[in-house]
Amino acid sequence: MGGKPEACPPHLGPCRPKGEAMQEERFPGYRWLPYLLVAPSIAVIVIFLVVPFVQSVRGSFFISTPFGTKTIYVGLRNYIRLFSSPDYQNSILTTLAFSSFVIIIGLSVSLGIAQLLNQKIRGLGFYQVALIWTYALSPAIAGVIWASMFAPATGLVPYIVSKLSGGYVLNWMTNGRIALLVVVAAATWKMLGYNIVFLLAGLQNVPKALMEAARVDGAGPWKAFWRITFPMLSPTTTFLLFVNMLYAFFQVFGLIDIMTRGGPGNATEILVYKLYRDGFIHLNTGSASAQSFVIFFVISIGAIIQLRVATRKAIYAR
Amino acid sequence: MLGEVMPLSGKNRYKILIHGLLILLVLVLAFPVVYALITSTLSFQESYTYPPRLIPGNQFLANAAVAWHRIKLGRLLFNTWLISIVVALAKIILSLLAAFAYTHFKFRGRGLLFPMCMITQMLPLPVRIVPTFQLMASFDWINSYYALTIPFFASTTGILLFRQFFMTVPRDLSDAARVDGAGPMRYFLQILVPVSKTNIAALFVIEFIFMWSQYLWPLIVITTGEMRVVQIGVKMLLASEQIAPEWNVIMAGTVMAMLPPLMILILFRKSFTQGIAMQSQK
Repeated sequence: MGGKPEACPPHLGPCRPKGEAMQEERFPGYRWLPYLLVAPSIAVIVIFLVVPFVQSVRGSFFISTPFGTKTIYVGLRNYIRLFSSPDYQNSILTTLAFSSFVIIIGLSVSLGIAQLLNQKIRGLGFYQVALIWTYALSPAIAGVIWASMFAPATGLVPYIVSKLSGGYVLNWMTNGRIALLVVVAAATWKMLGYNIVFLLAGLQNVPKALMEAARVDGAGPWKAFWRITFPMLSPTTTFLLFVNMLYAFFQVFGLIDIMTRGGPGNATEILVYKLYRDGFIHLNTGSASAQSFVIFFVISIGAIIQLRVATRKAIYAR
Repeated sequence: MLGEVMPLSGKNRYKILIHGLLILLVLVLAFPVVYALITSTLSFQESYTYPPRLIPGNQFLANAAVAWHRIKLGRLLFNTWLISIVVALAKIILSLLAAFAYTHFKFRGRGLLFPMCMITQMLPLPVRIVPTFQLMASFDWINSYYALTIPFFASTTGILLFRQFFMTVPRDLSDAARVDGAGPMRYFLQILVPVSKTNIAALFVIEFIFMWSQYLWPLIVITTGEMRVVQIGVKMLLASEQIAPEWNVIMAGTVMAMLPPLMILILFRKSFTQGIAMQSQK
């Protein structure tokens, strides 16, 4: 395994390639014990993840009759139907727009805040907690809070907008574009805490000596950031890009379900929401399985890119 | 950092500026929750005043009581506490064991660790949702704690976290244990697990919050009011309104639903940030 990159699942931390250094046999002569130790984890992964996934791929080539009494092989028909449906095309575009907003805005704002935090100031411990706690909120809770702030008749934001604009009635429940922006804002806000935790940890690992050297060489803070901090941070940012992608693709489900249910119309119907609707409301399991595979395909691309970047040595290898 | 090159007065001014900015950020970030807290203390009439009222009222307990009865909040909180603790502990135990195997023994198939983690990472619920649901139905696990806990038990996050930490534990410790005649499990329980407590606490925070936030899975495998989790309870509060949403009641329920994970994060914040920092150092 030497030199192979580490694959990190969500909320683990940035991955770096690593040698085999300490990984040796410390208790020789136990032949079966190690198998026994890994068995529970492997069993759960195989039974609840791998087997259902394989079944899901298989299911995407079938359709089932309304009461699930019979399944019929249909080849690629589920996929063809899916990609020729305007609803699905809309859902892809919505997901792209939603996730790029959440990822780009979220990461830039968090990086700015983490930079501010990454210095010797009094009360650092307090600021840390006071800026990362949104990590503990669920997307659904974030959704309900933002829904109340934007509630058309009673919310604070429509009131402020109407005062500032001289009477504009902000109703995100009827305006698709505004709805998408409000959902983006709520989702981004919730994720700030998580992003700040990891970016701050990443920033604290940038050797002070390097910054010192850059300053001696006459580099301004702007230049030092782009030439040193940013490249040194690349394992963290790549990892966060992937985690934020998973977040914007799936974990926001609760937020969408509470705030808009994909509406108004289908303005906020991201892929996972459409999958839920088709699979569990309309009970079209064939189409839902095909949608699952499409989502899997997109994530794999993200995962592979993340792995590639993580394997590339950081420019300033230590 | 920047301030060090400036003269003292400039440095002070810079520090004040930083503090000002940070405090402003803290307030802006907290505002939505403060607004929710205020709303949860208003009476129904007060929550519908125009302009919106930003002064707290004294109706929190009344609102909380309404929310409590309307969705059986006590039961839902119990359910959610139970599954979050059970899953977090199970994940910790299973990944401690697996990481122990991967770092202390040689066995065939050890090289499959990373491919396995990679695969697990690419299989979140939505890419296998229909068959996983059908599996629950075939086990007769719909509306049970089994469905809410067991499918979550494996944690590659945890395996990799502990693996990385175990590799830094000096070999002398296991050698000494072996010389003293202690078997691997005794070494594991009496030495390895106790020295991992920071990582265990960090993983507990991560997994507790992860489980507390579950929404899609409980939404499909739970259909009875008794077995619901609080996230779905909040949805029920929101949906139970016909004409005008009772934001004061909804927010009282929301506040109660968000407190436990916040408490856990604040309680374990030291281990949590240390665990994360340790993680990104290597």
